[in-house]
Order: sequence, then structure tokens, then C-alpha cells
Amino acid sequence: MKKLIIAFCLALLPTSVFAAGGEVHLDHVDLDSTDTASLQSGAQVFTNYCMGCHSARFSRYGRVAEDLGIPADLYKENLVFDSGAKMGDLMTIAMPKDQSKQFFGAAPPDLTMVARVRGTDWLYTYLRTFYRDDSRPWGVNNKTFPNVGMPHVLLELQGLQECAPGPIAGHEKVDPLTGQLLAEDPCGSLKVTKEGSMTPDEYDQAMYDLVNFLAYTAEPMANDRKRIGVYVLLFITLFGIFAYLLNREYWKEIH
Amino acid sequence: MKKILTGTLGWVDDRIPVVSTWEKHLSKYYAPKNFNFWYIFGVLSMLVLVNQLLTGIWLTMSYEPSAEGAFASVEYIMRDVEYGWLLRYMHSTGASAFFVVVYLHMFRAMLYGSYRKPRELVWLIGMAIYLALMAEGFMGYVLPWGQMSYWGAQVIVSLFGAIPVVGDALVEWIRGDFLISGITLNRFFSLHVIALPLVLVMLVFLHIVALHEVGSNNPDGIEIKKNKDANGIPRDGIPFHPYYTVHDIFGVAVFLFVFCTVIFFFPEMGGYFLEHANFEEANGLKTPAHIAPVWYFTPFYAMLRAVTSPFLGLDAKFWGLVVMGGAIAILFVLPWLDRSKVKSIRYKGWISKVMLVIFVISFVALGYLGAIASTPGRTVAAQIFTLLYFVYFLGMPIYTRMEKTKPVPERVTS
Repeated sequence: MKKLIIAFCLALLPTSVFAAGGEVHLDHVDLDSTDTASLQSGAQVFTNYCMGCHSARFSRYGRVAEDLGIPADLYKENLVFDSGAKMGDLMTIAMPKDQSKQFFGAAPPDLTMVARVRGTDWLYTYLRTFYRDDSRPWGVNNKTFPNVGMPHVLLELQGLQECAPGPIAGHEKVDPLTGQLLAEDPCGSLKVTKEGSMTPDEYDQAMYDLVNFLAYTAEPMANDRKRIGVYVLLFITLFGIFAYLLNREYWKEIH
Repeated sequence: MKKILTGTLGWVDDRIPVVSTWEKHLSKYYAPKNFNFWYIFGVLSMLVLVNQLLTGIWLTMSYEPSAEGAFASVEYIMRDVEYGWLLRYMHSTGASAFFVVVYLHMFRAMLYGSYRKPRELVWLIGMAIYLALMAEGFMGYVLPWGQMSYWGAQVIVSLFGAIPVVGDALVEWIRGDFLISGITLNRFFSLHVIALPLVLVMLVFLHIVALHEVGSNNPDGIEIKKNKDANGIPRDGIPFHPYYTVHDIFGVAVFLFVFCTVIFFFPEMGGYFLEHANFEEANGLKTPAHIAPVWYFTPFYAMLRAVTSPFLGLDAKFWGLVVMGGAIAILFVLPWLDRSKVKSIRYKGWISKVMLVIFVISFVALGYLGAIASTPGRTVAAQIFTLLYFVYFLGMPIYTRMEKTKPVPERVTS
């Protein structure tokens, strides 16, 4: 029983910490699910940097290749690292959950539907707000998800960011003399102090592509859905016009 | 060819009453000719019921009712089953649409006094449908086995634990386990796909039989059967078929336009029809930061949360349950609460009109408050609206009797 209570309290911990963090400012991102090049490069980042620890176990390699217009042989050669995997297989990973829980404190979640759970703005902001924090086990913390168990796996791309003064998110105040925002939060902004292989703009673009890809895996049929929807609504409109005329014809005689 | 057809019809009609049923319920069922916009929601409820039954049958073909496989099987339907996503969105949007049309259908009855004598049984059977529908919706929401499925079920089922003496045993009996588990999921699946749909279809059948026995009410609240012509046909009545069937076909087209817009362009409806947290698999060790039931239960959920103090040695949760149950139970006795001389709101006095507006505002406000996290201020608001909700019903015998009503015309107005 005691164990259960402890487990329960521990489970509550991250949420309460998250709640204590107050409002988190999210950067808005307008995705384009028809931008195949972006989706392809997002798939590349995902398989190279995320899939070591995170599965996409509801998604299949073959479907991704087909939807993103990547030839199957090219996809298998470059984006399937599991040598035993077939194109029709689900995108699972080898890391056992019980062990990864020991490694990171929490098992890395499956990412197939993460865009529908967290929202794309959250993901885009989260991926860009890692910063140096020597008190954390991996030497980094995250402004969007404080005390997250995940290391900054994209460090070699982004470089290392450090806290810099900036306005308090959600409580921005303007200096009446200069007209600029008051930097009251010691960690109100982030600055790259150790450069990575990408410039900040390139990194933002890479994260845009990644989030675009995750939005795709969350609902791979979304483009079909919208395409079919247009025809369905057109048909219903046409049907509705005739239904209206039929109705009018019959009701002419009712007074 | 015609001979064969009429011959066949005659042969069948000698053995089962095809023609007389058709006439009784359609071609010679005389409905008031002054139906307005509000009268479409009955037929729309039936349309959505059929939608739920058909898409449900196909979803069941690929769904796996187990704690291990349920979540993955829903995603399998969404991704690997041909047009499985369409079936699922039709079903999930249909669930919300069902409540939308049923709430509007019920509101119509309240507006025009359709629950009044001689239609008390129509109303009571309708209320039984509403109860069955709530159970159906609740159990259906558990099936995808996402975080909200799990924790929503946890919250709702544990409510029964507030009942004194038998509470804990009752909760265990409902769950079939010491916590919400695969066993609970399996029994909810069984109830959702067999038991409750059977009950629903039978109740809907009775609802229509009862309605056609007494005849439809209308926006004026006039009994058209009191004024018949030489042939015994109500002067203000028109045959349901073809007049209202063509009416309804157009209404259905308008409804389908809205319904399909949601299905194809906003299937999550901003997290109200499909909650964001439900795209994460159920995890009994990880409580979501904010648990909210689906929108159609939120008015009652807000009432439950509005009760914050214990009373007579019983805890607040129990009294919250009583208030919530009372809010639904009081609808059953509505036909006997309304003592007005007239049925329709058109001829009732201003107090009834104001009270109806207050009721609508309270219900919508409670629905909103139930969907968002509670704060002390919001709890006070929920308490006020809960009070107003009950004032509408409990005050009805008084204000409907004392207010001055307008004279009701002899014939329906157009």
C-alpha cells in the first residue's frame, strides 16, 4: 500500500511542477501538411535524432514512405535502422521501457500522436527552449517543460543555449523611458553560447520540419480528409438545393 | 410488372399490416401544419442514431476490447483500415451530434409544452432515452482507452462510492476490479455495443408509438384533433408524408452540411469532441493535470463540483451526487410541475419567459464551468447557476399558476 501511495505521489510530481511553472509562452507555428520537402526532412530528423528512444509505434515505415513520396528502397536504405524491419512494419524501437525508465526517470513516450496530445505550438517551442542547467542530470533544462527527463539530443545542431535576462512571459512590462520591454526574468530569454552545426534560423527551420512531420504522423490521413471533405460538402449543397426545391413544390398547396 | 408488385404487396399485407402501418404512421398521420425549425431535431436524432448503429457495427469489426489492445486497435482503425478514420470520426462526431440534437429536441418540448397532457408518456419515454444515451455515451468514451477515457471513468465510477454504506462495494461491483481495468473495459464494451443500443432502439420505438397515439404538439400548443372536418381529419393537420418528409429531407441536408464540416475539417472540435489527452494511452499511474468529462456531461459535472460542504454527517461528494442526480430526476416530473393554463411559451406570461431564459443561461454556463478547471470564484458561479437551474423547476408550479396568460387562438397560426 505504502509503495502504491509513493508511486502515486511521484506520478503527480511532474504535473504539479508543471502547474507551478505558470503560463508558458508558446511560439505559434503555421504548418503546411502539403510541403513534402519539409515533411521529408522532418522524417530525417525524426529517425536520426528521436527514434533512438522514441517509437512511433502506430505508424508504419511503408505508409510514411508512400505519403511523403520517398521511394521505398531509398527510405529503407536511409531511414530504417532496424535491419530486420520490413517496410510494412510499425515504427517500433529496441529500447525496453523498464530500462529507459531507469535511464531517464520516465520512459520516453511514443511520439506518433504527440502533436495531437501536446499541440504543435507546444512542440515547436519545447524543441527550441533547452538551456544549460548544471543542476540537472543531463546538464540541460527546458523552459517549456521544466525539469524534463530528456537530454538535449539536438545539441550538436542547435548548440548550447544559456539563460539571459528577458521579460517575464505573460507579465511583460514596458520601460516608460525607453519603450522597451523590461528584462525582469533572469531567464526571460535564451542565447546560444556554444554554437552548433546550424545557425538559429536553420535550427528553427529544422524544428519546423520536425513538428510538421509529427503533425503528419499524428493524423496521416488529414490531407485526404480535407480533400474528400470538399467534395462531400459540394454534394450535400447540391442535394440540399434540390431538396429545398422539392419541399417548396409540395408546400405550395399548403396555406 | 405493376401486377406482380401489387400482387406481392397484397400477399404480404394479408399476413403483416404493411399498408395500415404506413398509413397510420406516415401517409395518414396528420401533423400540425405549423411546425417550425424546432421540429427537425426529432428526425435528426433518429438519423444520428442510425449513423451510430451503422458506423458502430463497422468499428466493432476492427476494435479490440482489451486493456492491452484497445488503444492500438483504434489507431489501427484510423490508419490501416480502409476509410476507418471516416467511420471513427463519423462515430465520435455522431456522439456529440446526438447530444446536440437531443438537447435541442428536449428544449423544443420545454418551449412549447410538449410534455403536457396527453403527452406525459412521450416525455417520460424520451427522458428514459436520454438516460440510456448518457450511459451509452459514457461507456463509449471509455473504449478508446486513452487518458481521458481512463480517468473520466475513474472519476464518474468512483462517484457511486459516495453513497453511504454500500458505496465502496457498489463501485467494486461496477468496475469488476479494484481499479478501472481491462475487466471494466470489457463489460463497458459489451454494454455499449449490445445492451444499451437494444434498449435505445426499443425506447425510440416506444417514443414514436406513444407520440403517434396522441399526436404531435405544435408551436401554438393547440390540440389539432379538437377541430376535425367531416372526414375526421384535423383541419390544421397535413399528412406527415409527403409534406413533412420533404421538409425533413431538406433539414437533413442542412444538418449533414454542418455534421460533415465537423467530420472532415474539425474532427477534434477544438478538443471538445475528441479531447487532446485522449490521444495518449491510458496510464493508471499518471493522472492528467485537468480531468474534464466530454462537453455533454459538463453541466452536471459542474453541479457535482459546486457542492463543497458536508451535510448531516455525509461528505460533500455524496450531496454533489444527489444534486447531480436531482437535476436529471427533476426533468422526469416536468409534466406535473407545469400548472399553466396554456402549453406554449407563446401564450405564457412574462415570468415563464424570463425563467426559461434563466434556465438556458444556467445550463450553458454550467456546461462551460464544468469544462474548465475550477477556482473559488468559478465554484461560487457554479453554485449560483445550480440554484437557478433548480429554481426554474421548483418554482414552476407557483409561477405558472399565478402569471397572466394570453388567450390561445382556436386554430394554429402560421
